[in-house]
Amino acid sequence: MHEKTIAELSAALAKGECSSVELTQHFLKRIETLDGGLNSFVTVTAEQALAQAKAADDRRARGEAGPLTGVPMAQKDIFCTDGVRTTCGSKMLDNFIAPYDATVVERFKAEGCPMLGKTNMDEFAMGSSNETSFHGPVKNPWDTARVPGGSSGGSAAAVAARLTPSATGTDTGGSIRQPAALCGITGLKPTYGRVSRWGMIAFASSLDQGGPMAATAEDCALLANVMSGFDPRDSTSIERPEEDFTARLNEPLKDLRIGLPREFFGEGLDAGVAKAIEEAIEQYRKLGAEVKEVGLPNSGLSVPAYYVVAPAECSSNLARFDGVRYGYRCENPKDLMDLYTRSRGEGFGAEVKRRIMVGTYALSAGYFDAYYLKAQKIRRLIADDFARAFEEVDVILGPTSPSTAFKLGEKTDDPVTMYLSDIYTIAVNLAGLPGMSIPAGFSDGLPVGLQLIGNYFDEARLLGVAHQYQSVTDWHRRIPEGFA
Amino acid sequence: MEWETVIGLEVHAQLATKSKIFSGASTAYGAAPNTQACAIDLGLPGVLPVLNREAVRMAVKFGLAIGAEISPRSVFARKNYFYPDLPKGYQISQYELPVVGLGKLEIELEDGETKTIGITRAHLEEDAGKSLHEDFHGMSGIDLNRAGTPLLEIVSEPDMRSAKEAVAYLKKLHALVRYLEICDGNMQEGSFRCDANVSVRRKGTEKFGTRAEIKNINSFRFVERAINYEVERQIDILEGGGAVVQETRLYDPDKGETRSMRSKEEANDYRYFPDPDLLPLEIDAGFIEGVRGTLPELPDEKKHRFMTHYGLSAYDAGVLTASREMGDYYEAVVKACGGHAKLAANWVMGELSAALNKDNKEITESPVSAAALGQMLERIEDNTISGKIAKDVFEAMWNGEGSADQVIEKKGLKQITDTGAIEAIIDKVMADNPGQLEQYRSGKDKLFGFFVGQVMKATGGKANPGQVNDLLKKKLQ
Amino acid sequence: MSLSHDDVRKIAHLARLAVSDADVDAYARSLSSILDFVEQMEAVKTDHVAPMAHPQDTAQRLRDDVVSEADQRERFQSIAPAVEAGLYLVPKVIE
Repeated sequence: MHEKTIAELSAALAKGECSSVELTQHFLKRIETLDGGLNSFVTVTAEQALAQAKAADDRRARGEAGPLTGVPMAQKDIFCTDGVRTTCGSKMLDNFIAPYDATVVERFKAEGCPMLGKTNMDEFAMGSSNETSFHGPVKNPWDTARVPGGSSGGSAAAVAARLTPSATGTDTGGSIRQPAALCGITGLKPTYGRVSRWGMIAFASSLDQGGPMAATAEDCALLANVMSGFDPRDSTSIERPEEDFTARLNEPLKDLRIGLPREFFGEGLDAGVAKAIEEAIEQYRKLGAEVKEVGLPNSGLSVPAYYVVAPAECSSNLARFDGVRYGYRCENPKDLMDLYTRSRGEGFGAEVKRRIMVGTYALSAGYFDAYYLKAQKIRRLIADDFARAFEEVDVILGPTSPSTAFKLGEKTDDPVTMYLSDIYTIAVNLAGLPGMSIPAGFSDGLPVGLQLIGNYFDEARLLGVAHQYQSVTDWHRRIPEGFA
Repeated sequence: MEWETVIGLEVHAQLATKSKIFSGASTAYGAAPNTQACAIDLGLPGVLPVLNREAVRMAVKFGLAIGAEISPRSVFARKNYFYPDLPKGYQISQYELPVVGLGKLEIELEDGETKTIGITRAHLEEDAGKSLHEDFHGMSGIDLNRAGTPLLEIVSEPDMRSAKEAVAYLKKLHALVRYLEICDGNMQEGSFRCDANVSVRRKGTEKFGTRAEIKNINSFRFVERAINYEVERQIDILEGGGAVVQETRLYDPDKGETRSMRSKEEANDYRYFPDPDLLPLEIDAGFIEGVRGTLPELPDEKKHRFMTHYGLSAYDAGVLTASREMGDYYEAVVKACGGHAKLAANWVMGELSAALNKDNKEITESPVSAAALGQMLERIEDNTISGKIAKDVFEAMWNGEGSADQVIEKKGLKQITDTGAIEAIIDKVMADNPGQLEQYRSGKDKLFGFFVGQVMKATGGKANPGQVNDLLKKKLQ
Repeated sequence: MSLSHDDVRKIAHLARLAVSDADVDAYARSLSSILDFVEQMEAVKTDHVAPMAHPQDTAQRLRDDVVSEADQRERFQSIAPAVEAGLYLVPKVIE
């Protein structure tokens, strides 16, 4: 059952070939037996999942099932889940039982998707390898000596190992796309504002965006239909009519204009990755697309600009974790200052503290203009680059990550090297555009991700472009050895 | 050495919305601790702010009332600092682009002159919670009910030159926000709070002296005292050859002095930046015109109308328009008494105000309604009672003994206007006082008053004084 | 940009993060390398570029003034480290 896509599972449920309870039991069993070596789940909510599955089956029996009713899924541990521990990968929230549901969680509940559990992640979504998690690193199911990428590494690994048909992710600088690439699955980061941020623990508010992670583009479209939509509780949620993201899956690619940013194919790109991407481009040509080069001249500055904007926002967003109302509180604080500094000093891990300090510095008196304001200006230049490119092409295509999954511990000593693993994904967040990563072959046995970037609100086309490729390839069907 | 005082005020007015500025929690005062602090107010992980339209309307209303420019586009920024009553570790405020720009307010000075005080800006922000310092085993308790209550911070120019001017400005501003019904003005509950920036400089110099910011002045009386204390303190320092330190000081009303605030000693670096959870606030002409349509008659307009329409003096009109409620009450009295505007003004400012003062009541709490007072005044005008008797009637009404007519009836206070009856009393008085009568008739005119008094005394004050005069004059000849 | 140990202590204090003396040096080095890296931004002239604070170029939406939240104190305080009489407790606040 686990080799099936969500679209197939949905059909099987509809035909009565299986029940949601059976499906849920199957995936819970897989988590129990197979996750030990991966560490992709932080919390497994078996009891709740089975109760939800039972309710989903009843609902189906009453003829009230939606497209995904009964299909189990997993939530990244960044989404608040009412009554369920929500740790955000941090010691700071290790004891935090959220008293409310995130909008995304509510929406999956309303659709009737049993939640198998909460997936592991980099602490507060800050990381590109899932090694900053308080719960320990997640291992890549293709090679457990390697990282799954981050920050949605638990979600990516769990989907790749088929421990869950899908999982949610969040993407601030590539946190859906990069782990999707490194784990050989499909992930969509929608246009900023598509998916409500209510209940999604904030890292960098102007960049954070939730999205689906699953085996295929079609699955991501089905999940996006559930996840996205206007939410009055989020001031930045976009007020637009609900859209069917599966609408353009079968649109032929003839005359589609694909742009290849020359900046994404230069120095620093791993040869094996480059080869796989070239082959994918060839495939798109065969599908009838017109491929041309475009320029994103300022994209090289996206990582530096991001590492000012994101830390600045995070330094403020994470100020609420002070040991007063919830979360970790140090023992026997001798005074107020001690309560603050030790609760935060002990509750946050090294990378989170580094980013808080970088952000604090960038916003402080005397440095604001040189760092924060400068980064905002670069951000404008980057967004303008994309706007110009989209005058010429419909979709931008390139590698998701410069390399395949790297070894655990390989980059932990040097933050800047780690940051550069998001070099192709970050510009998309700064501009607020939709982007996705789809499996595009292997290099030395490790998955390679192909990135597709669309114009604002153009997810349906983007998903169609991905789906057409997946109709003629089977990379997305590959399951790592030991998890088949 | 002559010193000049320079004062600027920062007023925080809690806006009278039902719900908080960024959440749907109630703003009602006095609830049990933390029962009105919702997930957003507590800064739980993952929560987001959504701005209350009413708070924006109220800010715009204020801006229009002070003739200020309303920013078509303003920005909410985060002011970052750690404090237990600040749940998110930042306060959502406005920094570079406030919603209300430069405006002004005219104040009246004691000598009757007016002075214009500039208002630099007014911006929207959220209030913080409260730290309660009662001893919980050496701990402080935090109540976040107030956190997220909308505030309009109104910043004046350093245009005031004495504590009295500062008080006049503050009172005027207080009346204005209540006229506009955007703030209940309750200073005890902290709905209207004031910080004062105070400095002194040698008379004739241009440059401002180093200022101290005084916090926690929550009554008009304290504002005056705190500023006067601070001015003296600074002059003492300067005359002693010292230098004033720029700092935040707390006013201690018990000791009547200001002291340095330890918690604010550290130089703050608030790291303001645009709140990424909130896009710019845009206010279009339609919104502004909509608000303009709801503007009530403002104090200065009302005062002018009272002078021209009711023929009141500037002073009387000023007193009667000091609050919207006072003006409304007065106008209701005039209406009820058949338009005797001056009589109504005398009574509202005289007996009524005295009674309110004595019982420490607001005009809205007056036991004698405007209609009831008006009716009583009508009884003076139609000669049912004299002005003197009216005072007794009013007192009875104040004590809940009924309407003017009921009191007059019950106590038999109706004026005696029957000429025959009065004449009979006059005859008796003349018969009882032959000596005085003789003296009067031999030229001692002053005794006329004695006879009036005797007649009034004999009627229990109820005889119509005009009639008594006329009849006495005739009889005594 | 090279941060001194004092710079690190100052920033850590502003951010209310306890950093042990043993860690100050490592932070100084890693923060300096991050700042060096982001300073690449200086290569581009941006004098006439309008800063972009947010990907959305629209105005914020306003909500109606309606009380929609009920009292959930018990629920919220069940996850609090220290409460008494409905209040969150912290070491004494000195003003």
